[in-house]
Formats: sequence, C-alpha cells, structure tokens
Amino acid sequence: MKKIASYLKPYVPRMLLGFGIKFTGTIIDLFIPWILAYMIDNIVPQKNVPLVLAWGAAMLACAFGAMITNIIANRMASKVARDSTERIRHDLFEKVLSLSEGQTDEFTIPSLVSRLTSDTYNLHNAIGMMQRLGVRAPILILGGIIVTLILEPVLAMVLILLMPLMAFVVYFFSKKGIPLYSKLQQNVDKLVRVIRENITGIRVIKALSKTEYEKERFGGVNSEVSASEKKASLTMAKTDPLMNFLLDMGLVLVVLIGAFRVNAGLTKTGEIIAFLTYFTIILTAIMTVTRLFVMYTKAVASAKRISAVLEAPDDLTVEEILSNPAFNEDEKEHISFENVSFSYLKSKNNLENISFGLKKGETLGIIGATGAGKSTILKLLMRFYDPDEGSIKIDGRDLRSIPEAELRSKFGVVFQNDTVFADTVYENIDFGRGLPKENIISAASFAQAEEFINSLEDGYDAQISAKGSNLSGGQKQRLLIARALAGKPEILLLDDSSSALDYATDARLRRSLNENFKDSTKIIVAQRISSIMHAEKIIMLDDGAIAGMGTHEELLENCEIYREIYASQMGGGIADAIRNEYAGNKRFG
Amino acid sequence: MQYGMNMREIKGSDEAKFKSGVLIRLWKYLYEHKWLVFLAIFLSVASNVLSLLGPVLSGRAIDAIEPGKGNVDFKKVFFYCALMVVFYAISSAMMYLLSATMVALSQKVIVKMRKDVFEKLVDLPVGYFDKNKTGDLISRITYDIDTVNTSLSNDLVQICASVITVFGSFFMMVAISPVMVLVFAVTIPASVAFTKFMTNKVRPLFRKRSAKLGELNGFVEEMVSGHKTIKAYGREKVMLERFDERNLQAVDAYYNAEYYGSMVGPSINFINNLSLSLVSVFGALMYLFSMLSLGDIASFLLYSRKFSGPINEFANIISELQSALAAAERVFKLIDEEPEKDDIEGAHVFENVEGNVEIKGVSFGYTPEKTIIKDLNLKAEKGRLIAIAGPTGAGKTTIINLLMRFYDPDKGIISLDGVDIKKGTRKSLRLSYAMVLQDTWLFGGTIAENIAYGKPDATMDEIISAAKAAKIHGYISRLPDGYSTVLDEDGINISQGQKQLLTIARAMLLPSKMLILDEATSNVDTRTEMKIQQAMRKLMEGKTCFVIAHRLSTIQNADIILVVKDGNIIEQGNHEELMEMNGFYSQLYYSQFENC
Repeated sequence: MKKIASYLKPYVPRMLLGFGIKFTGTIIDLFIPWILAYMIDNIVPQKNVPLVLAWGAAMLACAFGAMITNIIANRMASKVARDSTERIRHDLFEKVLSLSEGQTDEFTIPSLVSRLTSDTYNLHNAIGMMQRLGVRAPILILGGIIVTLILEPVLAMVLILLMPLMAFVVYFFSKKGIPLYSKLQQNVDKLVRVIRENITGIRVIKALSKTEYEKERFGGVNSEVSASEKKASLTMAKTDPLMNFLLDMGLVLVVLIGAFRVNAGLTKTGEIIAFLTYFTIILTAIMTVTRLFVMYTKAVASAKRISAVLEAPDDLTVEEILSNPAFNEDEKEHISFENVSFSYLKSKNNLENISFGLKKGETLGIIGATGAGKSTILKLLMRFYDPDEGSIKIDGRDLRSIPEAELRSKFGVVFQNDTVFADTVYENIDFGRGLPKENIISAASFAQAEEFINSLEDGYDAQISAKGSNLSGGQKQRLLIARALAGKPEILLLDDSSSALDYATDARLRRSLNENFKDSTKIIVAQRISSIMHAEKIIMLDDGAIAGMGTHEELLENCEIYREIYASQMGGGIADAIRNEYAGNKRFG
Repeated sequence: MQYGMNMREIKGSDEAKFKSGVLIRLWKYLYEHKWLVFLAIFLSVASNVLSLLGPVLSGRAIDAIEPGKGNVDFKKVFFYCALMVVFYAISSAMMYLLSATMVALSQKVIVKMRKDVFEKLVDLPVGYFDKNKTGDLISRITYDIDTVNTSLSNDLVQICASVITVFGSFFMMVAISPVMVLVFAVTIPASVAFTKFMTNKVRPLFRKRSAKLGELNGFVEEMVSGHKTIKAYGREKVMLERFDERNLQAVDAYYNAEYYGSMVGPSINFINNLSLSLVSVFGALMYLFSMLSLGDIASFLLYSRKFSGPINEFANIISELQSALAAAERVFKLIDEEPEKDDIEGAHVFENVEGNVEIKGVSFGYTPEKTIIKDLNLKAEKGRLIAIAGPTGAGKTTIINLLMRFYDPDKGIISLDGVDIKKGTRKSLRLSYAMVLQDTWLFGGTIAENIAYGKPDATMDEIISAAKAAKIHGYISRLPDGYSTVLDEDGINISQGQKQLLTIARAMLLPSKMLILDEATSNVDTRTEMKIQQAMRKLMEGKTCFVIAHRLSTIQNADIILVVKDGNIIEQGNHEELMEMNGFYSQLYYSQFENC
C-alpha cells in the first residue's frame, strides 16, 4: 500500500489544487440555499422587485461558478488518475519483464496478466472516484459538525460520540473486506487461466469433442468467482444500512435529549429542527463516504497484488566474484561449466555435476532423452536460474558477476516453442533491436527463411497473426532462427529449433551456420544425430548427468546409449545400404 | 456530399438500432430473474417510503416538544421515539435486503453472461482464434462483463429510488402551485436535451476506452507469455516503450471519456440550481403580487430540491451506464460471432466407423485469394497408414484441418465410410479420430486428468498402462505427487518431449478408429521414440492413420505416402514406388544422409 501511495506523491500539489478548487465549488454551491434563505427572510418583505431579480442573478452566478469549478476539479482528478495509473502500469510492466524465471513461475503468467490489466484498472477507477467524491462529503461532514457545535454543543456531543462507533464499523468491515476481495481476484486469475487454456487448446478440445466438458469446467470456475464476489459484496453491503441505522438512532437520541432540554428550558424547539436538518446533511455525506470506502477496500486488494509484484526482491543480482586467477589466456575457454548441479524444485537434481568447456567458435551438440535436462543447461547458461552448486563462466568470468544486459547481449537464442509475435516478418526478426536492414535480410537467408518470406505477398512486411498461426511449424522455426542470427551473436543457442525442418533444409541450415558463423560459439540441442554429429564436442545427457562426451566418432566407440540412438536413427544396415546406393547414384548421375 | 450525408445517416441509424438492441438484450438477462427484479423494486419503494415517514414522525415528536419549558408531553415524545426506532430498524433491514437482492440478481446475470460468452467462444470456428488476440478475448470475459456488473448492481437501485422520489415530489409540487411547476417546463427539457447531447458525445468515447483497454490487454498477454524470449534478447526496454505507447493510448482513452463524462454531473447540477433560482425569483414575485404564501414557497422549494436531487444522481449514473453499454456491446459482439455452422438437419452420426476415408477433388484456401490445396484426390481404406511428407509450409497440416472439419473445403468432397462428412455431425466425426499434435496442449489439472481427458471414465489402471505404453510412467512416478501432480501452466518441471508423451498417452486411451499424428514425436528423442514404437504400433493397429512426420524413417512403411509441395500432391505411392520414381521424395529421402 505504501508503494502505491508513493506513486501518488508527486501529484500531491496537483491534487491539493484540485481539492482547493473542488472546495471552492462546494462552498459556492452551498451559498445558493443561503441566498435563498436570505432572499425569503430579508429581501421579499422589502417588496423590491429589482432587488429580488438582482439576488436571483447572484444565485445564477453562483450556480454557474459551481459548475465551472466542479468540472475543472473533476478533470484535474481524472488527469491525476490517468498519469498515476500510467506510471504504475509502466513500472509494473517493467518489473514483470525483469522478474526472474523462478519468480514468474511462482506468480504464474495468467496472474501477472490480470495484475497488469484488471488490477491496474481497478486502481485507475478508484483513484479518480476518490478524488471526485472524496472532497465534498468530508467538507459537508466537517462543516455540519462545526455548525451543530455552535448551534447546540450538548446535542452535538451525541453526534460526536457516534463517530468512534462508526469508525469502528468502517474499520471492522474493511478488515473483513480486503481479504475477501483478494480472494476474489485470485479466483479471477483462475477464470483467466481456464479461458486462456481454452483459447490455446481449441483444436484439441474440438478434436476430442470436449467443448461440453470445458463448458462445465468453466461453469465451475465461473460460479466460484461469483460466489467469492457475492461474499465480498454482501459483507460490504452491511456497512451502508448499519451506518444509516447508527445515525438514525443518533437522531432519535437528539429528539429525546432535546425534549428534556426543552423541558428544562435549556434550548428552543427551533434549534432542534435546525439541528435535525443538519443531521440529515451529515448523514447523506457519511453515506457517500461509506460508499467510497467500499471502493477503497476493493482498490486496496488490487493495490496489494500490484505491490507484491513491484516489491518482489531483485532475483539473480550481480555479485562481486573475482575471475579465476589461474585463468590462462592461451587455453582460453569461452564457456565453461564447472561441477554444475541444479534442481528446479530444490529436491531431486535436474542436472547433476555437469562440467565441460568450449573454446570460441566451437560447436557443442547436446543430445539426450526427453526430460534429461538439455534445455536446463541453456537456461542456466543464460542465467535464467542460478546453479545450486558449481559455477558457470564466460571468458573466465562467473555469470553471477556479469551485468544482465551485458550477459544477454552475447546470445542469440531460439527456445523450444519460442514466441512469434503478432507483428511483421521484419519486426519479428529485428525484434526491436533496430538492426541494419542488410543484417535482417542476410540472417533470413542464412536461416533458410528467405525463400518462404519472399513467397509471402508482402514479403518482409507481411503481417504475422497472433501466436504465428498463419505460419507452419517449419516457417516459424526458420523465422526464429533468423531472429537469433540477425544480431551476429557471440554465442548461439538453438534448443531443438530445427525439429520441424525437413532434412534437406536442416542440412542447408547447418552448412550455412558453419560457413557464416565461424566465430560464434554454438550450442545446439537436438533430437537428430545428423543435426549435431559434426560438432567439435557432443554431450550425451542421460537423466541430468553426462553419460558421454566427445566427438561423434568417440561417442560411437565409447557410449552405449549414443550408439543406440545412432542405430535407431540411421536404421542400421538398411541405412548403409541406401547410402551406398545413393553414393552409386551420385556417381552415375 | 450527398453521398457522405447518406452514409452518415445510415451509420447513425444502425448505431441507434444496435444501442437499443444492447438495452433490450440486457433487459432480457434481467427478465430471466423477473421475481428478483420485482423484489428489488418493491424493497426500494418500501424503504424509500419508510425513510419518508421518518421526518413525519420526528415532526410529530417535535410538535410534542413545541409547548416549551415545563410543558413537554413526554408520553408522546417517548411514543414517537419508540416508533422511530422501529421504523428506522425496519428501513435499515430493508436496505440490507435490497443490497443483498441486487447482489444476487447481478451475480446471476453476470454468471449467465460469462457463461454465454464462454460457451460461444468454444463453439467458434478454429479460424477465429487464429485472428484474435487471446488477451482481448479475455478482456471481454473479465473486464467488460465486470463493468456491466458494477453498473447493474449500483445503478439499477438508484434509478428505482429516484423515480419514486421524482414522482412523489412532482405530485406534491403540482398540489401547491401548478403555475410554479411551469418553471420545470424550461429546465426539464434542458436537462433532457443536455443528457442526450452528452450521451451521443460520450458513447463513442467509452467504446474507444473499452477497445483500447482490450488492445492493451492483448499486448500484455502476448508479452508476458513471451517474456523469456524478450529477456533472452534483452529487449525489455523496447518492449517497455511499445507497452508505454499502448498504455498511454488506453489511459488517454479513459481520460477522454471522463473529460466529457465529468461534465455531466456539474452541468445537471447547474440546471437544477437554475430551476431553484427561477423558482425562488418567481415565487418571490408571486408572493409580492399576493398569489402565494411564504409557507407555500418554503415547502415548494423543499420539494423541488427533493425533485431535482434524484435527477442529479441520475445524471451521474448516465456516464456509468454509458461505459456499461459500451462494454456490453463488446460482449454481445462476441456472442454474435458466427459459430461453426450447425450440423445439417438429421445429420448422420458416425458410429462404429470402419475408417474408409476418401478425398475427391478437394480444393481449399484459408483466404479466397490463396489456394493452399488444389484438386486433392486420395483414397484411404480402413487400416491403412497414410503418410504426408514434404517441405515445411506445404500445406500438410491443412489436410488434417479438412479431415477433422476445422474448415470445410471450397470444392470437392471428403467422405467417411461413403458418407460426405459435411452431412454428418461434427462431434461424431471428430470423435472418430484420435489426434496427437505437435503443439502439445495440457491444462492446469492433474497428470491423471490430463491423460484421461478424452476418456473421463478411464480407471486408474487404464491411465497407468497408457502412461507405461507411452514411456512416461517412470517420470510420473518419480514426481512427489505422482499422477496427482498438478501441471501448472508453463510448468518448469516438464519438458516439451514429456508433454508430447503425455498427449500420446492421452490418445492411447481413445477408442477411435482413425488416428492423426501431426509431428507427434518431433520433440521426443529417437531413443524414447524407439521405445514407444511398439506402443505406437499397437495404437495404430487396425486404424486408418494419417501421419505427418519429417523423419522419413517414421513413415517409410506407410501404405501411401503423399508428397506435398506448394499445395500440390506431386507424388503419391508407397516408399518403394516413390524411390523408383527418383523424384522429389527420393531427394528428400537421401538428404537426411547427406552429411553422413
């Protein structure tokens, strides 16, 4: 909450000015009944028509003044709401992008999305409303109390004694309401999640004719959201009648005590009547405050969810770690893993004691069973997570000592199922880096993407739809590879990113990488041995541990699992036969 | 010029039609719970009347105090005070009941509305999702419906309460002085005209506000989903700049709507003050000409204040109502989207399917300008294995889209067991297929639920044996919660390949006679693939299978291999035949050994 308040701080002068204007407007507005009373009591008895008209004109002037000041104040309030929301959203988005992978997993993506959208929206709404309605009512309350105190201090005491009781009601229900609204937002997260799942999985759902089931599933979450909203709203709905009742009881007390005081000759009946009128004004104002207060409760729940993200500690900070003093320039290893172990859930290790070194320009192939930890190695190298044990170094510097921007600028990467954005082809390759056009075009050509891009109607300007749904799997992959190559990266990471390419295209891609990216150190995760067999180093990963490391020939000789995979992919003897035949064909053709 | 005018007129009347349409449709939702609506109206009338009684009672009590010092009639005072306590208690209780009724009513409406939107959403053709951003769709089901909700639960009661007070005080004013009421003949039309003017002005602004927020949400959803990529490339700053642009547009649209919206309250207040001034001046003049007593002016003024109070409230509500209408419009637009066409009447239900698929002269393109499949002919008899091979982007997945009727062909016929699939129900057709796609899809449930997704009544034994056959049992049993592990979206602890194995296990539980494998094992390592070969073979046994794969080894033993290039089937035959042709297929085939 403090965090959100700090966003409003710079606007305090503007808000105060707005309050001032609103205050003036309210006072001017209150002049009107006063003029009216004055006119009836003093002017009318004089039977002076021009004077009546003059005072009438004064009333009109006040009415006009009240309108103008109120409009100005309202607009100022809207402006403050707009500017502060804009900043909060900006910072929140920035923070979301800077969260570490572990933190993102913890918040979950749908929740982050709804915090950025519906929670900031709630806040926007509340900031505007509070300013617009939150001035007039307190002025009326305060003014009312002051006037009643002057009028009849004893009766006013009744009112003042009621105040702590009302404050308690407000406090009590806010205490109860905030967690209820937080719970509601959590359920909204769930709702968003089901909708997301249905949108992304629509094909599977339709194929399995599960729409009815999904409708039911949604129905469940839907009623959960509704139930929690009902609970929160009903709790808050109690405040209004309760406050009303308290004030009405105060009124009865005023009449009763008034009766005794009149009887004792301490006060006049007229004063009680006036008192009751003011009481009603105060009552209406307090009702407005209660309503505002319900809105405030809701906003606090949202603000807390926003603050939770904003105040998330910086994960993976840069640490002061001395480079290896024994670092030898001659055997310069570009990338090195030293006894690295890592576990996502901090239970069973997903990677166990991984060590390897790569020289600049070398290629490392990683192969291994599904779930063996191949992608995890890449994620650690990019420092999406820190290893639990051991260290990872680039140019002899521990990853933890390299500032994030510098670290990330070294990489060109394609993840498994990487994201294609709803933008043009060109922009998807450039990805906001403002690279020279030649780089984009040559990257597309290296990535074997040029042909299909040129076949698109608008070429590089062709619009790609959300999630890249108008591209085939292979087209998407080539586009992503072009993105990775366009920055001429120092280190190129390809995580099973040519799986949708046919062999011929894959082979051309490999050749082009070897020719054009000699200086880039490459790590290629693949399923096909043919994709990595020419790498200087191949790691055979098995269940998080290195089962074999070396060149293709070495592994064929020493590593049983590798041999098995090779046999499975090359079809053993048959493949040899075909190869011979192919060779024959070539000779004759 | 003439033409332009016409266009605007037409557009205007359409909009008016849509606007009243929105109101009618909202009313329909309310009408379903008409008893609650009536109850709410009754409660609001009753509590208003009771609250009007309060002042009368206190007036009586004061009358009893009136005689002054020593003469106060305490018996009466106590009596009226006791009555006041009772009435106020009842009034408060009614207020609470009213709120509770409104909460219940609006929740019922909202649940129904969300349900309608969602059910429509999943009934939309697959193509719709290719065109629309996830975030914008989510925004409609959450934020837009929420806006309608807020307005329903607050504004409705206020409108009811206002109407009563307005009529009551109008009646009283006419009773006091019909001539003075004429003042309102000036101010009421003024406020009506003003409200109308504002509504026209503000409505498109609120519409824009909803649309811009939807856009922002669409962007946020895309960015947050792709945050890993953004971080990997260190593009946070650029994306933040782009976010800022959309953020600014969204808050500006909000501000613009409010810029005019914030005029409404003070302006209506002004009109009211205007009538107050007119009433006092005219009242004073009438008094001067002895046409009205001072007491009459005082009570007329009191009632005129009561009269204009609700009207003032009402003006405030209008801007809220406008935003609700704009939001409702977006919701209804989604509900009005063309769903997948209904099955034809008396459609054939595919049961005990044999699995004979025939494609005759089929042409298709996602857009009319670009034909992706031209004149495709194929006969797949039951139990046959049909493989589709070819370079990426050649239209392989499109064939699957047509087989499952995610799209209908532009020309030609696809038949199953001799029945045109257009003449059958979509549900029965789709259920005849089991499908494993490259894009694995798992939902946020337990692993067991995910495997049993296509067969909810599957026993735990069946689930486990499917998982074993798909070689994923070992992994699952090593998880702390085993089969009850909940898969979080973007869960970190499951790899892409493992996801594919889970979807294979899912397919294994289906009794379907036909099978579609679209790159089903692309993320599975070949060793695991080998291990699941046997299970896959069993899965494919006796079924008509359509297989898309890049690994030619997977498809070598297919009965028919379709070689697709640029949307044309350029070669068709079994492996041997195709190799003999020495054409494109053989080139593809050899290319995989090129580097050996």
